[in-house]
Amino acid sequence: MMSAEPLLSLKNIKITFGGVRALKGVSFEVNPGEVHCLAGENGCGKSTLIKIITGVYKPEDGAEFSFDGQPITAMTPSMAQSLGIQVIWQDLALFGEMTVAENIGFQYAVSGKYGLVDKRAMEKAAEKALARLGVSLDLHLPLKELPIAQRQIVAIARALVGEARLVFMDEPTASLTQSETDYLIEIVRNLSASGVAVVFVSHRLAEVLEISDRMTVLRDGALVGVFPVEGMTQSRVTELMTGRNFDSAVIAADHDDQPVVLSVKNLSRANEFDNISFDLRRGETLGVTGLLGAGRTELALTLFGMRRPHSGEIVLDGETVHFGSNREAIRAGVAYLSEDRLSLGLNQPQSIADNLVMASLDRILSSGLISPPKKENVVAHWISALGVKIGKPEDPIRTLSGGNQQRVAIAKWLAIGPKILILDAPTVGVDVGARAGIFEIVRKLAAEGLSIILISDEPPEVYFNADRIIHMAEGRIKATYDPRQMSLTDLEGKVYA
Amino acid sequence: MRRLMLGHTTEFTLFAVMIVLCVALSFATDRFFTISNAFDVLNVSAVNIIFAVGLLVVLISGGIDISFAVAASVVQYVTALAIAYLGGGNWAEGFIIAGAVGIGLGLINAALVYKLQIISIVATISTFNIFFGLLMFFTKGVSIYDLPEWLTTRVVFYEREMSDGSWLELTLPVVVMILCCVATWFMMSRTTIGRQLYAFGDNPEGARRFGINIGAMHYISFGWLGLMAGIGGLMQAHYAEEVVPNALYGRELDVLAATVLGGARLGGGKGSVIGCVLGVLMVSITQNGLNLMGVSPFAFKMIVGAIILIAITLSSARIDKLLPFFAKGKIEKGQAQKREAH
Repeated sequence: MMSAEPLLSLKNIKITFGGVRALKGVSFEVNPGEVHCLAGENGCGKSTLIKIITGVYKPEDGAEFSFDGQPITAMTPSMAQSLGIQVIWQDLALFGEMTVAENIGFQYAVSGKYGLVDKRAMEKAAEKALARLGVSLDLHLPLKELPIAQRQIVAIARALVGEARLVFMDEPTASLTQSETDYLIEIVRNLSASGVAVVFVSHRLAEVLEISDRMTVLRDGALVGVFPVEGMTQSRVTELMTGRNFDSAVIAADHDDQPVVLSVKNLSRANEFDNISFDLRRGETLGVTGLLGAGRTELALTLFGMRRPHSGEIVLDGETVHFGSNREAIRAGVAYLSEDRLSLGLNQPQSIADNLVMASLDRILSSGLISPPKKENVVAHWISALGVKIGKPEDPIRTLSGGNQQRVAIAKWLAIGPKILILDAPTVGVDVGARAGIFEIVRKLAAEGLSIILISDEPPEVYFNADRIIHMAEGRIKATYDPRQMSLTDLEGKVYA
Repeated sequence: MRRLMLGHTTEFTLFAVMIVLCVALSFATDRFFTISNAFDVLNVSAVNIIFAVGLLVVLISGGIDISFAVAASVVQYVTALAIAYLGGGNWAEGFIIAGAVGIGLGLINAALVYKLQIISIVATISTFNIFFGLLMFFTKGVSIYDLPEWLTTRVVFYEREMSDGSWLELTLPVVVMILCCVATWFMMSRTTIGRQLYAFGDNPEGARRFGINIGAMHYISFGWLGLMAGIGGLMQAHYAEEVVPNALYGRELDVLAATVLGGARLGGGKGSVIGCVLGVLMVSITQNGLNLMGVSPFAFKMIVGAIILIAITLSSARIDKLLPFFAKGKIEKGQAQKREAH
C-alpha cells in the first residue's frame, strides 16, 4: 500500500492572519491509500492547513507543495476538485429535502447537457459510489429521513462521485454514537482499501488510534511531529496535542451519609423509558451511560419538566413534584445543560453576558427591570468562578472556543442556584484539554454539595467523573456500577456489548 | 406509493381535505357538483395560480416576495399604455411587453436582495410600497376602461353546452395557467437550474461550496416570479376587461397563504407545483361553495381564513396522527435501516 512517492507533500507552510502567525512552517505528507490522522486542539491550525491544501488560502512564499509528484504553484478550489481532493465538512453541506441519489450525484445538477438533469446517470453514479463503500441505501428516500450516520455515508459517497483520491474528513464522528462510529470506521477502511487516501481530523482519540496508520500532530500552528499510530496510547496523544499531562483516576466516593435530594421511583414513559428508579444524594455525581436511543436524554427531559412521565414519581427534597413545564422545574432547582450546545444551549449571536444570565433573569431584576449593575456582578462572578477565558462580556458568544462556550453554558445554569445539575453530553465538540477543565468544574461543584447527573455515551467520562454509574439500554436500567469495583475496560465491554 | 406519500405528505393531506370539502359542498348545494362549476372554479383561480407558481420558485429558493401583485398592476398599466402607443398591438406584443416589464420589476427585487444584501421580506415590502406608490401617483388612481378589443374579447378554446343548459368553457387564462404550471414544473424538476434552486433554498452554504452561482439563483427566481406576475397581470386585465390600479392590491397575501398551504416552506428548499395548484384551488372552492350556499359575502374572508387554518393544521400535523397505518410502516422502516447501518 505504501509507495515511495507521497500523494500529497507540503513543506514549510506559513500563513499569517491579522499579524498572528497561524502556521509556522508546517510540513505535511499523505501516502496514497493511507488513513492519516491530523490531530491537535482547536485553533492549532488544522482547518487552516486543510484550507491551504484545498486552495481556499494561499501560503506565504517559500512553501513547497506537490500532489502526485507534480509541483503545484498556486492551488485553487476548482483545481483541488479536479485533482480529486475532497473535503467532507463537519456540517456535511447536504440537502435535507432532496433524495439520497440527488445528494450524492449533485454534480449532475450543476453541470448537465442542455441544462437538463440526467437523472438516470445521476442515480447510476450514486449507486456506484455506494457500492464502492459497500453500502446499500434507498436512493429515493429524502435525506432528512436518514439517521445522521447514514447522512455521513451520503457525504462520503458524494466525494467518490467526484473521483476522490484524497478525502479530508473534518470531525466526522462528532455527532455519532459509538456503534455509528464503528460503522463509519469500517467505511473508511473500505475507502482506503480501494486506494483513496483519507485524512481524519478528530477530537476523539480512541477512534483515531483505531483507524489511522500514521498521525501528524500540530500544536499552536507548529508541527509537533509525525508518528506511527502503532503503540500509541490515548494519554500519550493528549500529551503531544496539549503539551501537558492529565492524570486520570477514579474519584468515586460514598455519599450514604448525605440526604437524598432526588428520588426517582418507577418512572416510565411509553416508548422512551421504562421503570426507572434511583436516588441522588447531596454532592453526588451520578453517571448515566448507554448507547444513543437508550432513553437517556428523554429521561433527562422528563426530570427537567419538558415531558411528562406516564407513570412513576419524581421526589425532590422529600416532596413529590409534577412539573407542568421546565419553568417549574427550574424554579424547583433543576438545571439541564442540553446536549446540543450550538443550537439549543446557547444563543450564538448574542453576547456572553446575555447568554450567561438567560436562565436567571428574575434574579437580576430591580423593581421589575433588568438591573445592569446586578447583571454585571452575576456575569463577573461566574466568569471568574469557572475560569472562562473571554475578551469582553459584550462579545458574541460564538467568538469563544467550544470549551469556553460550554463553561458559559454551565454558568448560565449555576446562576439559578440549582440543587440538581443535569449535564447531557457536556464534552461534545470540546477539545481534550478543555474537557479536563470542564470535569474539574464538575468535581468542584459536586464537592460544594451540588448533585449532578452526568450523561455521556463515552464510558471513560462517567468512569472517571462519577460516583455511581447507571447503564441504560433500550429505556431500562440494565445495571448500576461502582467505578471502584471495575476496570474501564469492563465498563466499555458492558456498554458496547 | 408510500415513498410518494412520504415525500408529498402535505399535498396528499391537502388533496384529502379538498375531497372532503367537495363532498360536503355537493351535499349542501345542488349546483356545486357539476362540470361547469368545476370549470368556473378553474377560470376564477387561473390568475392566482399563475402568481402562485411564480411565488413558489422564490419560496423554494429561500426568499419571499410581497411586491408581485402590485408589480402585476404596474405591468397592466404599462402594457395598456404601451399597446395604445403602438397603435393597438396584439396578443404576441402584449405577452412580450407584460413579460418583459414583469421580469424587469422582478430583477429589481433580486438586485436589492443580492447586491445590497437586504433580506427579501424587507426589500419586497419596500418595493411593494414603491411600485404601488408610483402607480397611484402617476395614474392618480384613474382606471383604464378603453382597452383594445383583442385584449377584452373572451378567447374560448373549447366550449360545450351541457344538458342542464349551463356552459362548459376552457378559456385563455386557464390555458395560459396550465402552460405556466407545466413550464414551472419542468424548470424546477428537470433542469439543472431548478435543482440548484432547490439546493440553494435547502442549504445555502452547501450550495455555495458546490460552486453554485448564488447571484444567478436570485436573478432567476425573482425574474421568474416577475415573468409570472406580468403574465398573470395581463390575464387579469383580460378577464376583468379593465385596468384598475388597485385591483390586485392585497392579492399577495392570499396567494402567499395558498402557496404555503400547498406545502411550500417559508425558508426554502420545499414545495411543489401541484401543491401550489391545490392550495389555490382549495381557497377558490371554499369561496365558490359559500357563494352557491348563499352565505353573505361579508363572511367570506372569515370563513376562508378559518379553512386555511384548518387545512394547514391538518397538513403540518404529524402524518402518523392522521394515517396510523402508513406511519407504522414508516417507523418500522426507519428502525430497520438503523439496524442495517449498524
